[in-house]
Amino acid sequence: MKELRLMKGNEAVAEAAIRAGADGYFGYPITPQSEVLEYLMTEKPYEKTGMVVLQAESEIAAINMVYGGASCGKKVMTSSSSPGISLKQEGLSYIAGAELPCLVVNVVRGGPGLGTIQPSQSDYFQATKGGGHGDYRLIVLAPASVQEMADFAKLGFELAFKYRNPVMILSDGAIGQMMEKVELEEQKPRWTDEEIVEISPWATTGKTPDRERNIITSLDLDSHRHEKHNEKLQAKYKKIQENEVRYEKIHCDDAEYIFVAYGTSARICQKSIELGRKKGIKIGLFRPITLFPYPSNALRELSQGLKGILSVEMNAGQMIEDIKLSVGTTFNVEHFGRMGGVIPTPNEVLEALEQKIIGG
Amino acid sequence: MTEEIIIAGFGGQGVLSMGKILAYSGMMQEQAVSWMPSYGPEMRGGTANVTVILSDGRISSPILVEYDTAIILNQQSMDKFEHAIKPGGLLLYDPNGIIKHPQRKDINIYSIEANEEAAKLGLSKIFNMIVLGGFLKIKPIVKLENVILGLKKSLPERYHHMIPDNEKAITRGMEIVVEKNVAN
Repeated sequence: MKELRLMKGNEAVAEAAIRAGADGYFGYPITPQSEVLEYLMTEKPYEKTGMVVLQAESEIAAINMVYGGASCGKKVMTSSSSPGISLKQEGLSYIAGAELPCLVVNVVRGGPGLGTIQPSQSDYFQATKGGGHGDYRLIVLAPASVQEMADFAKLGFELAFKYRNPVMILSDGAIGQMMEKVELEEQKPRWTDEEIVEISPWATTGKTPDRERNIITSLDLDSHRHEKHNEKLQAKYKKIQENEVRYEKIHCDDAEYIFVAYGTSARICQKSIELGRKKGIKIGLFRPITLFPYPSNALRELSQGLKGILSVEMNAGQMIEDIKLSVGTTFNVEHFGRMGGVIPTPNEVLEALEQKIIGG
Repeated sequence: MTEEIIIAGFGGQGVLSMGKILAYSGMMQEQAVSWMPSYGPEMRGGTANVTVILSDGRISSPILVEYDTAIILNQQSMDKFEHAIKPGGLLLYDPNGIIKHPQRKDINIYSIEANEEAAKLGLSKIFNMIVLGGFLKIKPIVKLENVILGLKKSLPERYHHMIPDNEKAITRGMEIVVEKNVAN
């Protein structure tokens, strides 16, 4: 039976990870995501399911512990907030290169640098376009509620193992800190050693006489072989783009204008829609749930009946590039955002639509 | 029904936990709820606030700039939130420490001497429950039985012996809340 609780987003992702049968969490505290580690330390899953919870000596250590755990076919994760996620980029590039599954949670705060501890969405480029070096992609899930923080822990692990690829939950300080009702799934048992061999035959589980050595590495000094490896990665990303696009449309049926927004911005836009519709403006919301793969085709299709799109982000305008790639640069698209940890108000979002798109 | 509430005061007054109990109470009667705290510099500087929304439908933004109700427990919060109440909305405040009383005529204003009452009862810890009682007298959006259920859910079991005191505080709050202005 499902269980109903009132929880913070940070607590929900931690509890859902335990229930999804995670084998290990490795992290380092940073506001506004410290509750993930705190919750796990309070819950002591190592006494119940055997899941390891470890506060590493740094973010870099934590991501490399994830690299090690993932190499053995274990369900492992880490979480941090923006400056800490920057520190993990080298590890993420290696994990993507070595084609390993893992879950990374970024509860984004304002940057650049140490920036601020308040909510932001200024890590969109980093999450969706690379972040670390090399031609790689993360699968990026953007929760807009505490419920989705929980749901995406399970979904994240599923996608990570389906594609042998790191998955990022790109959240923000508001979703992490707020409490909402959340329905939790039943506890799933952790995989046994036998199940791991069956599910992940590539994992370094100990060589047996009936197979070759499993080697986990991101290094290949033969350029032609390494090009083949890159082609394989690109083919995988294409498959992800074909099969894993997720999005939500709200009040789009009769809409003349839409907001495109994810995460906290998407919640604020829903209030702007309430305000706008009271004034007779036919307005809807297109909410990308996967930021990579971006729901380009669905947005292009939707845009055909529209007069304009306002991209609403808590940054200087990052996702708008993907919107323009989807609908074309001649389409009436503008950006509205606040930076540095300031959350836009529903009223100013609506005003921006009226001035930049309807009046523009 | 949707009720959008800001509760604001000093850290330590039980602002966040009052919000939490309200959110739990809404959950007990199967409403959608959200609880969005201030975190960071403002909290570290001594003031704390929390936005609580209870709704029969889906909650859009958990972060707001206009409220149906503001529960104000210090002067800084009065300065910040008096103007943020929707016309016809509710302002409930404890006059203790307030030097500039609210001026608006287009909102309903109530005061509650919760600080003084808590001291009289010798129960300073349930100050916030007296305020909550005052609020529920004016706007009975959650049933008392659901508040008690909410308390049971939100308090660790070692504090459950304090629930009768909390209930007493809520009832007392209902008795001592005073009307100051009726919206024109």
